Amino acid sequence: MATAAHSVSVFGMIAGLIGVMALVAVNALFLIWMERKVSAHMQLRPGPMEVGWHGAIQTIADALKLLGKELITPRDVDKPVYLAAPIVIFLPVLVSFLVIPFSQNLIIRDMHVGVLLILSFAALTVLAILMAGWASNNKYAVFGAIRSVAQNVAYEIPLLITLMSVILMVGSFRLTDIVAAQNRIWFVFVQPVAFILYIICATAETNRAPFDLPEAESELVAGFHTEYSGMRFALFFLAEYTNMFIVAALATIFFLGGWRGPFLPGLVWFLIKVYAIIFLIMWFRWTFPRVRFDQLITLSWKILIPLALANLIVTAFVLKLV
Amino acid sequence: MLERGLEEKFYVLNLGPQHPSTHGVLRVELQMEGEFIVKADPDIGYGHRGHEHMAENRSYLQFLPNLGRVDYLHALAYNQCYCMAVEKLLELKVPERAEFIRVITCELNRIASHLLWIGAYLLDLGAFTPFLYCFDDRENILDLLDRVTGSRLTYCYYRFGGVPRDVDDDFLAGCKAFARRLRSRYRDYENLVNKNVIFLERTKGIGIISQEQCVKYGLTGPMVRGSGIPYDLRKCEPYSAYPLFDFDIPVGSTGDIYDRYMVRYREMEQSLRIIEQAVDKIPAGPIMAEKVPKRIKPAPGEVYTAVEAARGEFGIYLVSQGDTTPYRLKLRVPSFGNLSILPEIAVDTLVADLVAILGSIDVVVPEIDR
Repeated sequence: MATAAHSVSVFGMIAGLIGVMALVAVNALFLIWMERKVSAHMQLRPGPMEVGWHGAIQTIADALKLLGKELITPRDVDKPVYLAAPIVIFLPVLVSFLVIPFSQNLIIRDMHVGVLLILSFAALTVLAILMAGWASNNKYAVFGAIRSVAQNVAYEIPLLITLMSVILMVGSFRLTDIVAAQNRIWFVFVQPVAFILYIICATAETNRAPFDLPEAESELVAGFHTEYSGMRFALFFLAEYTNMFIVAALATIFFLGGWRGPFLPGLVWFLIKVYAIIFLIMWFRWTFPRVRFDQLITLSWKILIPLALANLIVTAFVLKLV
Repeated sequence: MLERGLEEKFYVLNLGPQHPSTHGVLRVELQMEGEFIVKADPDIGYGHRGHEHMAENRSYLQFLPNLGRVDYLHALAYNQCYCMAVEKLLELKVPERAEFIRVITCELNRIASHLLWIGAYLLDLGAFTPFLYCFDDRENILDLLDRVTGSRLTYCYYRFGGVPRDVDDDFLAGCKAFARRLRSRYRDYENLVNKNVIFLERTKGIGIISQEQCVKYGLTGPMVRGSGIPYDLRKCEPYSAYPLFDFDIPVGSTGDIYDRYMVRYREMEQSLRIIEQAVDKIPAGPIMAEKVPKRIKPAPGEVYTAVEAARGEFGIYLVSQGDTTPYRLKLRVPSFGNLSILPEIAVDTLVADLVAILGSIDVVVPEIDR
């Protein structure tokens, strides 16, 4: 998937797409295995051990099982929307990969509005969740969908503002520029508040615990994907894990110096940092109880957004003074 | 049943009978306005098995295994209550060693029940990991009880007049080891759960039950102690060997979910204290009363006995007409009374709060349906 940054070649695009598809699938399989292992070891148990070395190909077995499952379509669903939702949730996730710089040269399209592209396509996942919830004709699913929309709208704002304070320092939306600007010091040390805010917002944005309200199983059974089975359910699952990869990749690019690091190749450093962030997000999930819905919205509107704004203003002032 | 469709802005949401948070086959019909609950109506009876009727159709001893299935989480307290009722009718004197064994096993069972509740309750609140920690600790109790009772869940251990099998020194040493182990785990529970900001936010000030409401609805157990009323049958109407031991009754102050959680959490420590004293002081001697009749055929009479089970007061009202089967046996189960307050405290809360409140009541649905 490596092409020169600005040349548009058909071959490059196709190779890139195939590469992204492969990456998404392998990443999801790995993350699910990782999540099971991480949760297991936090819960005093070994996790999957039977299929492959320490259960390494357990998720492949599970994926095959899901492929063989019957695709149930309940009678009273809004059929076109119901069928479209799993695809709609998956497409924006793929697009986001186009602009992520995995290393110095490994990037499909180095667009000068890279950040905006990722964030705007990430916003589309809300649409898919709403479609799934509404079309399912199930009260619990609608609940999950409504919660998801309110949550995503509330958390996209502080997310954007925190990223803005970094963009303000760099002066560019281009992801490679942002990484290049960190050649002396990582932004996590310059903007620690922004980093913490970003991690909180990213956890909420990907619907992960303690902010997993759209699919809070003890309240809403399975939330917006209650009525989905087989591969359709698997697509939601895949999208969730890929989303996690994307927010972790953004955190790496914005705060942890992207692919930069000594000795090892850029790609390896990039992946190490991404999976470290993902481990952190998993750690949250297996430690905290779930917040209540109104508390979640309060946290965003009354604490995170003012903090992010203050951080942005302080950054602007400091930049002006220096 | 609720009146449906009277106003457009309300709608009905069925919570259960198959729902992750109803802990069995309980159905709560919710009338909702948005995410707020206007009216909550528990619908019970999905698991009705007719235990009371079964009692009238079998001999006294044959009914004993049923008690372990009424409340499967604190089966030994139910065993104890039934045995006490029959012993009262037969005027049997239980030897002291048997009483001590009953106290030790019953309190172990209470800790197991509370541990399971804490785990399952945090699962309701969305925290997965404490569940496994609690089960890890509970496993030790199950192993201990397995050694003396022969089963891990639906115990049927006590007999009229005592216990059928004596405990050995290994068991007593195991009890002490377990007490040490559980105490070493308090730090984890306190740091990860009791001081967790999200946990406090979810539980403080939610589902408050006043002392008047406790009395009005006949609540018992941690529900009433959480509201600050120190009502515990082990102290109020002592039975078995409980007067011999020194222990406290933890009470809450505001009566919210957090207080009920803390009452159960601190009760585990008190149970450990009872177990340790009983293990230290356990006398030698017989474990069965001397003159237990082969055919249990008590003289005509009526008797009511009650014990403090993990969920509250469990009582048995037993009527004998001098036959080999009870004439009538009435089970007074704590969960039934405790659940009755749900419609009152669930109004104007969110669905997430309802799950938290329902969990804090600690219902065992088969016991309600019995």
